[in-house]
Amino acid sequence: MTETPAIHIRDLVVGFGKKIILDHLDLDVSDGEILGLVGASGGGKSVLMRTLVGLLPKRSGQIDFADNSDDERRWGVLFQQGALFSALTAPQNIQFPLRERARLSPGLLDEIANAKLEMVGLTREDGDKFPSELSGGMTKRVALARALALDPSLLFLDEPTSGLDPIAAGEFDTLIRTLHRTLRFTVFMVTHDLNSLQAICDRVAALADGRIAAIGRLSSVLKSDHPWVQAYFHGARAQKLGLGN
Amino acid sequence: MCTHAARTDIRSIDLRSVTALDTVGAWLLERLARGGATRAALTGADGPYGDLLEEVRGLNRSGSAERRSDNPLLQRLDQLGRGSRRLASDSAAFLHMLGAVSTALLGILRRPPSFRLTSTVYQLGRVGWQAVPIMVLITFLIGAIIAQQGIFHFRRFGAESYVVDMVGILVLREIGVLIVAIMVAGRSGSAYTAEIGAMRMREEIDALSTMGLDPVAVLILPRVLALVVALPILAFLGSLAALYGGGLIAWLYGGMSPAIFIARLHDAVSVTHFEVGIIKAPFMALVIGLVAAVEGLSVKGSAESLGQQTTASVVKSIFLVIVLDGLFAVFFASIGL
Repeated sequence: MTETPAIHIRDLVVGFGKKIILDHLDLDVSDGEILGLVGASGGGKSVLMRTLVGLLPKRSGQIDFADNSDDERRWGVLFQQGALFSALTAPQNIQFPLRERARLSPGLLDEIANAKLEMVGLTREDGDKFPSELSGGMTKRVALARALALDPSLLFLDEPTSGLDPIAAGEFDTLIRTLHRTLRFTVFMVTHDLNSLQAICDRVAALADGRIAAIGRLSSVLKSDHPWVQAYFHGARAQKLGLGN
Repeated sequence: MCTHAARTDIRSIDLRSVTALDTVGAWLLERLARGGATRAALTGADGPYGDLLEEVRGLNRSGSAERRSDNPLLQRLDQLGRGSRRLASDSAAFLHMLGAVSTALLGILRRPPSFRLTSTVYQLGRVGWQAVPIMVLITFLIGAIIAQQGIFHFRRFGAESYVVDMVGILVLREIGVLIVAIMVAGRSGSAYTAEIGAMRMREEIDALSTMGLDPVAVLILPRVLALVVALPILAFLGSLAALYGGGLIAWLYGGMSPAIFIARLHDAVSVTHFEVGIIKAPFMALVIGLVAAVEGLSVKGSAESLGQQTTASVVKSIFLVIVLDGLFAVFFASIGL
């Protein structure tokens, strides 16, 4: 798409003890795309994401971000369980990153939080609830709003649709697509959801044996002859969605 | 079931009259059938039971799971080795946390506006203000008990009046601060560990890190500072309550009027006794706070782990508080206080 990739990963090695999880992994995430990362459970998808956002140390290799204003951290992260601060209400959660960065008046902060809530499809009434009072789908929406609080250029999503029913998952996919269109961020999405891959991802990367086994549009990844990719996209569940041949 | 009776003789087992069979029953039958020199035939099972037996037939083929029983002596040594390594890694984690908190504190000294006043005051309210009633009650009772025991035993030597010296010196130098520190470790240290551990489990701490914030500065420093401020105050109030309890018992049980108690107390104790006691409080608070933070951050994903770390936090901080008290006693003795 563009000349400088949003994330540029070369020879990345991550491991715990004797176990190597990511083995000389190379990956480029293009600017402005939605990249879906698939892989076996325990295969290192989350490890890759956590390494990218700096939660896990890398053994070797390099990770470069196009937007390398490191102190500002221009990225948003949506964790699998939301990871909302349980001591704060939903709007306070959204305001938190803003409060840390800038001095804004309480009135403006409320308006911003409310705007973000509405952008992710929630209402003011859902507002003054604590994370423990929110349903799974609402938690994810609030967490997405918090991830978008600073209008990041890069958004990391860890299994955004896991634990949601098919309708809520579909709505969440649509939400990400819409926000992507209006806010123009790059999305790095770890997912298991074949529907999401089909519906919203520009490109799909398959992680197997600690490396990217196949990457490209879904149609070209489907043609990969890597055994794991074959098994993943041509299994019984994928067949039902009309993905396999 | 007589699985051992005449094993080799079994050629076939007739299951026609079996009316109910579960997986365990099927496995026992299968074991019985496998047991002989030649495999016994299981006949007469029909329908779902036939399928179940067929399924069970293919199970546990790779040899039974061996129960390893190591040499008990080796096991002991193994545990001892692991324990020593854990001690080393615990000490390292404690020092690491001390460093992290000091760094965060330096960061605030360099940039005072980044100090989290709201959070610190809130924590101070929780561990300080809200703890006052229970601390005062406990130390009052301890003071009263010491005085009662003193009067009861000193009476035999006719030395009841020395109870005042005992209560005064003991409370101000040791008991006041020690009891309060132990109570704080149980009350607030455990709460800190459980809170931080739950935040760790819910990835809240990871979320903070990805926002570019230092969890130590945001979560741990306000809590540790609140403890360091609250514990001396609580120890002071606790010492007063203990003296009050001692005086009350001396009056009601020992028949010593409050005026005499106060006058004797004035002679018996000096400000030095109080200073020697209260100087220990901030250090004990620091130890409690750091241990609670270290244990909270080492919570893994499970609920059991949260419980274990909370217990470990309380046990370790009480142990360290008492060790610290001992070290201070040695130090003060050597400088002649």
